[in-house]
Amino acid sequence: MLEISDLSVAYGAIKALHGVSLRVPPGSIVTLIGANGAGTSTTLRAISGLAKSSSGRIRYDGQDITALPPHRIVSRGLCHVPEGRMVFANLSVQENLQMGAYLQRDRAWIAAQTDYVFSLFPRLQERCQQLAGTLSGGEQQMLAIGRALLGRPKFLMLDEPSLGIAPLLVKTIFEKIVEINRSQGLTILLVEQNANLALEVSSYGYVLETGKVILEGPSAELKANPQVQAAYLGI
Amino acid sequence: MDWLLQQSINGLGLGSIYALIALGYTMVYGVLRFINFAHSDILMLGAFAAFYLEPQVSRLLGGPESVLGAILIAALAAGLCALLGILIEFLAYRPLRQRPRLAVLITAIGVSLFIEFTAQHDKVFSAKTQFFPRLLPEHTFQWGQVFFSSTDLLVPAVTALMLGAMWFIVQKTRTGTAMRAVSFNQQAASLMGVNVNRIISFTFGLGSALAAIAGILYAMKAPGIEPLMGVQPGLRAFIAAVLGGIGNLPGAVVGGLVLGILETFLGGIPWLSSYRDGIAFAILILILLFKPAGLLGKATVEKV
Repeated sequence: MLEISDLSVAYGAIKALHGVSLRVPPGSIVTLIGANGAGTSTTLRAISGLAKSSSGRIRYDGQDITALPPHRIVSRGLCHVPEGRMVFANLSVQENLQMGAYLQRDRAWIAAQTDYVFSLFPRLQERCQQLAGTLSGGEQQMLAIGRALLGRPKFLMLDEPSLGIAPLLVKTIFEKIVEINRSQGLTILLVEQNANLALEVSSYGYVLETGKVILEGPSAELKANPQVQAAYLGI
Repeated sequence: MDWLLQQSINGLGLGSIYALIALGYTMVYGVLRFINFAHSDILMLGAFAAFYLEPQVSRLLGGPESVLGAILIAALAAGLCALLGILIEFLAYRPLRQRPRLAVLITAIGVSLFIEFTAQHDKVFSAKTQFFPRLLPEHTFQWGQVFFSSTDLLVPAVTALMLGAMWFIVQKTRTGTAMRAVSFNQQAASLMGVNVNRIISFTFGLGSALAAIAGILYAMKAPGIEPLMGVQPGLRAFIAAVLGGIGNLPGAVVGGLVLGILETFLGGIPWLSSYRDGIAFAILILILLFKPAGLLGKATVEKV
């Protein structure tokens, strides 16, 4: 579904990615784990067009999307829930969801999908008219995911959905992520600092360090790998 | 009492025009976080567009001073200025999008001077003051010792209409929601599928159209037009936008009306009248010192 080959990204003089290659097969949950600054977020930003790549290729559904601007990439069903959530604090919850459906024309579908998002996250329905800036961190994360789901994604990228959220909510959010993957048949690429959790829900994983893939494999194997255990799982 | 009423009518008219101009400043600030100093020159160009369109439209409609003609002239001038605003953004500001904001600000001052001094060339509009034709038949009303003209009524009415239209566009339409989203976070908006450049162009077009309408109304009230006519109302409107809270649409309107009314009242007091400009700028300084977010603005706090 998504195939990245030899991708490099630089912010000015600083190289953030050095030739990263990875594959995400349709219907799967794949995770990228790595410490702060390892290049996980940059990889997602390059895929969604927010960061320009200096070399390499990003293919999605058999087509090259490397040089496309973000709004053209979204229109292909590739939605990105960015780091820090980036909900529109000055818009209401409802307007945020409307923005998620910005490119959708089918009103019946939008209504049905909004109901689906509300069934996933009932809290959002309760706070429908509230400004998104007044929500708690966990609620904002729910909104960010819900907003992305209204973009009719076939491929969803989640960047640190657990960051700064109460542990109890983290569990709920990850359950929902698995549910979305199963019920909507959505392919998911997940960046997560909480490697335990990430390897739990995913089928395959990549470990990034200083902009390179240093290790990859089925999640169960990575979990058993002593190197991963020492560096990321705290065992 | 009569004096009070008379000054209120005058102040309302002037304040409405400031409000219309301030809306353009504040909308552009909302999406790009910079003050488009060329905005006041669009106002002048709007007035000149109407000046040159008037004979053509009058000929087309078989006579001057018709309602249809005035609407046609205003719509054409607004359309022309909207295109011009979009063009200015595209040529002068867009290439600097990734640069420090100071670069864009200086460029805006450059664009403003470029328009003002090109317009003063003899082969363009020339520097002399020209008489702005009457677009509508004018009636004068008297109520006790209070005099007011149909233009005095028209200006606040048109302003109210424009404000309503702006409110509707920004709050109720898909494009307006996108404008607010872009204003908050351009990257996040682009992840929703918003073509950020197109929204910015639209914002410039809208603001410039309002400036053109304001320019025409200004010329109808004081029918001498010249290439620097935008500078004074432009500065006042800028103060109004800051007074109301830059980036805040209702704030621009409140700021415009407050400033217009204050200016007319203080200007009506004989020993104060020559300090009108001083008073306007004193307000700006006081606001920046004590309430930098403006009357309706909120200090921005970001949740991390």
